[in-house]
Amino acid sequence: MPTQIVQFDQVCKFYQMGLVTVEALRGVSFDIHAGEYVSIMGPSGCGKSTLLNLLGCLDRPTSGQYRLGGDDVSQMNDDTLSAVRGARLGFIFQSYNLIQQLTVVENIEVPLYYQGRPEEESRALAARYAERVGLGNRLTHKPFELSGGQQQRVAIARALVNDPLVILADEPTGNLDSISGVEILKIFDDLHEQGKTIILVTHDENVSRHARRSIRLRDGEVESDVRL
Amino acid sequence: MSESSTNSFASIGVIRGPLLLRLRRTVRLGVKSLWLHKLRSLLTALGIVFGVCSVIAMLAIGEGASYAAQEEIKTLGSQNIILRSVKPPEEQKVSEKGSQSYVLQYGLTYLDIQRIRSTIPGVTVVVPGRIMREYVWNISRRVDSEIMGTVPWYPEMRNHHVARGRFFSDKEMEDKANVCVLGAGMVKGLFPLESPLGKDVRVGGDYYEVIGVMEPAGKGATTEETGDNAKAAAERMFIPLETAKTRYGEILRKVRSGSFEQERVQLHEVTVKVATPEQVIPVADAIKEVMERNHKKKDYDIIVPLELLKRAERTKEIFNIVLGSIAAISLIVGGIGIMNIMLASVTERTREIGIRRALGAKRRDIITQFLVETVMLSGAGGVIGVLLGVTIPWFVSHFAGMKTIITFWSPVVAFTISGIVGVVFGIYPAMRAAQMDPVEALRHE
Ligand SMILES: Nc1ncnc2c1ncn2[C@@H]1O[C@H](COP(=O)(O)OP(=O)(O)OP(=O)(O)O)[C@@H](O)[C@H]1O
Ligand SMILES: [Mg+2]
Repeated sequence: MPTQIVQFDQVCKFYQMGLVTVEALRGVSFDIHAGEYVSIMGPSGCGKSTLLNLLGCLDRPTSGQYRLGGDDVSQMNDDTLSAVRGARLGFIFQSYNLIQQLTVVENIEVPLYYQGRPEEESRALAARYAERVGLGNRLTHKPFELSGGQQQRVAIARALVNDPLVILADEPTGNLDSISGVEILKIFDDLHEQGKTIILVTHDENVSRHARRSIRLRDGEVESDVRL
Repeated sequence: MSESSTNSFASIGVIRGPLLLRLRRTVRLGVKSLWLHKLRSLLTALGIVFGVCSVIAMLAIGEGASYAAQEEIKTLGSQNIILRSVKPPEEQKVSEKGSQSYVLQYGLTYLDIQRIRSTIPGVTVVVPGRIMREYVWNISRRVDSEIMGTVPWYPEMRNHHVARGRFFSDKEMEDKANVCVLGAGMVKGLFPLESPLGKDVRVGGDYYEVIGVMEPAGKGATTEETGDNAKAAAERMFIPLETAKTRYGEILRKVRSGSFEQERVQLHEVTVKVATPEQVIPVADAIKEVMERNHKKKDYDIIVPLELLKRAERTKEIFNIVLGSIAAISLIVGGIGIMNIMLASVTERTREIGIRRALGAKRRDIITQFLVETVMLSGAGGVIGVLLGVTIPWFVSHFAGMKTIITFWSPVVAFTISGIVGVVFGIYPAMRAAQMDPVEALRHE
């Protein structure tokens, strides 16, 4: 029986805007097993980013339960959520989100730094992951010296370095030209083959096709959930 | 798997290295961030640099000045009361009109000493002195000097001792002997090659045997002069008071801008020694009363070194308070400058904060990061400030000849305060950074 890594049970997220309550998510339920490659799609404003923030433990649901790796993270305090993010999640953003004053290898190290791993160990590990995404010869470069595709690969290495339960990607190819985009998606395919769990938010049907399961949202609810 | 409780997450975050090691990495990170904006960091730290530097430099100069002043006063003797003859102002005008036969009579008299001795209890010794301005000769060498007729116990009373040879004795005083003790500065001018001891010097038509040389006095010896500045520069030669009386009589002649001026002054200076410091003020008051009763004109001056010392101490206290306020203000201004820049930096780096939070940074990690940066800024400012603050007094004393004293604690305190300023003014920006919502921070452009 496959292990359930993500369990969403009637998760709601409401935003209070003065007198108006914006219901961004209205009772979303789904499970994601280890090794699944899931894309989340839907029209603008349907709640994709909101969902990803919850999945990423950057925010807490208004109601409902979210279990990550078996633990209920929906009501954890701020510090514990930080620890969860550092240990169990890997983030890949549309705009890479690298820290500008740090080198490639230092950027990859950041999650290990906050886990308090010893310096030499994390440096070696970071270098190994840089190698894996094909940037072994760029370790001491700064982000602004790299192309968009290279920067996104650094971000992927950073998302992998802490060996997370889930990799969360928000439009990872949105800022890239088609060739770089394909390269990145190739890496995602490889990761999936190695058994990583990937959740990817996208607008792009072509991107979505790489995934093995597609969850569609509409107006804060799950419209469809299909395995390909 | 579902059995593992929320506690497991708490432990995840706790595998942290030793505090110092972690701090070292945070410091390195801070250096990188500050280095990214070198000029801005430098300008920000400059506020603290000037604050710290001015505190140390001003304290050193103030301390030096007050030390010099106190030393001067101490050479007068804190248990002494010094009386001096002063030419009354109105008489000065008369004498300037310049009738040649006019003899101006003023100042302290032998009778005054007797009165003080007999009526005031607690007065132990009295050192009277007569001062004449003359050239002192050794064959063809000449030194402009003040000749002071005084008593054998002068060195002990004024805490100004003989360096070589000896001071004159009671017997020589009684015998009106022609002996003298040279001031330290006169030796070079009169006897550049040989020892002056046993040699003779000439003053006018009289020869005096040199029996001793005084040690170089504290500055006190020259600032004693209440008269013209020219006088203050001259060295003193000491001869027995009785000798001075017989050689020079009571009348002094001065050549001033072509006309003669004749004055009759019995004693120029009298030093009264009091047994204990507590008695100084009452005895001084008593002396004032005696003098006021017997002198119609104010032709004397009473100097109480102890009072001067107390006044100097008070001045120093006030100086320190003023200085402290200036220092505090400049450090606060520096701190506000740092806070301002850090707030801007926090806003500018909102995205970075969001990224770090997403990658596992706790609020306190963010606080530490920004606080370390602020403390490093102010600490670096403090270090530069201390270095500057220590060198400036050195330059002042070398090139302006002013005495400066850097007390051990002034750099320590100034540096500590700069660190505290860093923490105090860094805490608010750091809290602002830590309080940011990670989602909002990540969305920030
Ligand atoms: N912080 C917030 N405060 C108030 N309303 C919010 C907030 N964040 C999102 N919303 C609202 O929640 C709804 C879902 O927003 P969300 O950002 O999740 O949409 P999205 O699917 O990511 O859209 P897009 O594809 O355009 O990025 C929207 O109506 C949005 O206005
Ligand atoms: Mg979105």
